[in-house]
Amino acid sequence: MLVDIKNLRVAFETRTSRFEAVRGISLQLGKEKLGIVGESGSGKSLTARALMKLLPSNAKITADTLTFDGIDVLSASERGMRQIRGKRAGFILQDPKYSLNPVKTIGSQVAEAWRTHKRGSRKQAEEAAIDLLDQVMIRNPRTVAKSYPHEVSGGMGQRVMIAMMLAPDPELLIADEPTSALDATVQAEILRLIEDLVSRRGMGLILISHDLPLVSHFCDRVMVMYSGRVMEELKASELMHAKHAYTRGLLDCIPSLTHPRDRLPVLNRDAGWLNP
Amino acid sequence: MKNLTGILSSVLLTLLGLAIVTFMIGRVMPVDPVIAAVGDNAPEAVINRVRMEMGLDQPLVFQFLHYLSQIVHGDFGKSILTRNPVTEDIARYFPATLELATAALLIAAVIGIPLGVWAAVRQGRLTDQIIRVVCLAGHSVPVFVLALISLLVFYAALGIAPGPGRQDIIFEGMVPHVTGLLTVDSIIAGDWDAFRDALAHMVQPVVILAYFSMAYITRMTRAFMLDALKGEFVITARAKGLSAAAVIWKHAFPTVAVQLVTVLALTYAGLLEGAVVTETVFAWPGLGQYLTVSLMNADMNPVVGATLLIGVIYVGLNLLADILYKVLDPRVR
Repeated sequence: MLVDIKNLRVAFETRTSRFEAVRGISLQLGKEKLGIVGESGSGKSLTARALMKLLPSNAKITADTLTFDGIDVLSASERGMRQIRGKRAGFILQDPKYSLNPVKTIGSQVAEAWRTHKRGSRKQAEEAAIDLLDQVMIRNPRTVAKSYPHEVSGGMGQRVMIAMMLAPDPELLIADEPTSALDATVQAEILRLIEDLVSRRGMGLILISHDLPLVSHFCDRVMVMYSGRVMEELKASELMHAKHAYTRGLLDCIPSLTHPRDRLPVLNRDAGWLNP
Repeated sequence: MKNLTGILSSVLLTLLGLAIVTFMIGRVMPVDPVIAAVGDNAPEAVINRVRMEMGLDQPLVFQFLHYLSQIVHGDFGKSILTRNPVTEDIARYFPATLELATAALLIAAVIGIPLGVWAAVRQGRLTDQIIRVVCLAGHSVPVFVLALISLLVFYAALGIAPGPGRQDIIFEGMVPHVTGLLTVDSIIAGDWDAFRDALAHMVQPVVILAYFSMAYITRMTRAFMLDALKGEFVITARAKGLSAAAVIWKHAFPTVAVQLVTVLALTYAGLLEGAVVTETVFAWPGLGQYLTVSLMNADMNPVVGATLLIGVIYVGLNLLADILYKVLDPRVR
């Protein structure tokens, strides 16, 4: 078991108030592809970030179990977490425009990821970076390595991000809406690339997305979240025939080219969903 | 290349504006330069002759062109007070300010920047609060108050610091003038007693100016870093498994270095402008004091000359900051 989460809660506390954003999530993951879907604010990203302990300092994490490959993440020190972050679990963020360092060359950022966890000289790291850029299908890796993030397109930036996160050969890849900031045509390319690399390397994948059809094609399993809770978990292939009213509601809101409608329905929320 | 011509032409334009402003200062001031030169009691004939000699009977445009050609040739006329050419006076006074300002800026930057980073990293905690209070005090207590207290305590009461001035009277004129910076000149001369004396005299004004500048630099660094630390690329850096120190210094800090350059350049310019008050309290013979004394005596040539110098320093440091921008930030290249 790569990831084991039981009853995870994430709360934000200030002196006067407390808000619980994740309210008792449980999930298990082996070397498979898990999709997490749900609307904005449903706690998808927080769940993923809690696993890597990448939450802001005012977030309080509690859980019955929160382990990565048997390592207790909750009690792990910052030093211990650094043996997981990057090295064993990569994390791809949404928009490469903001998630890459604007004043460092692409090559140096990829090389840094490699060198942090692998032993080798600066020269070896540079070569490894160029090899990695080549692996994510960048055509002229040597030129791209010398350029800065603002000089490349969004799709290219996300390839760089993927190369960077795969550099230390992790066992798990978390992709937090990796294609939301990209054009539709580029989205497909990036997803194909992730799928290809993940299956070739035999990694686990957590794909966080808004896009239900995409997740149903792409993943093995899908977890549907709403308001910090899991609504249902099902095989990806069965997503289009989901039973839960929330999932059905989400599916119903997807516009269709083959059966166009005058007006898309509005999701009717049921307070009962929150008290299973 | 296109960029460079753009910058150069804007610099030239600014300098021209500066020349116009300083020229105007010389005209609007309610001081008749002729009377200032020849005295109240000079006969009418003399006044008229001098007025013509000075070219003051000509149209304003010609006067301005004449003034332009003078300043381009580095001629600012003579000071009535010291009877020296203004350039000579400035060459003597300015190094004193340069020495003070440079030392103060270096100390302020070396302490202020890490302190600002530290405060940002510990935002809201005790360290941050202490740093913020220290900076608030440094920025809000007038420099002359600190200067007077310092003199009172360390010079008058405890006697562990030297009094006002740049050096003790026994060292006056002992070290040959090379750069005008007493510390540097005494090292060149190998006169270690003079060096120690010059350094000891610098301690109080430098520390006070450094504290004042540090307060500003720390505050700005803290604000820039708080912004940078919110960036997504900081999450990326942490997700890569980097140490906290690497995340802060290798990822967040380089993105604020650009903004800090401007802060440092303007702080330095402000210090070079002559910390008038500090120089007065410590009887420091620098540019600020020269400017103030000349102004109070309606000695306009030095005022115009010093003002022009300060303007050129500002333009120059801004230019330097612009160039450093391009070096430090790939986005504006």
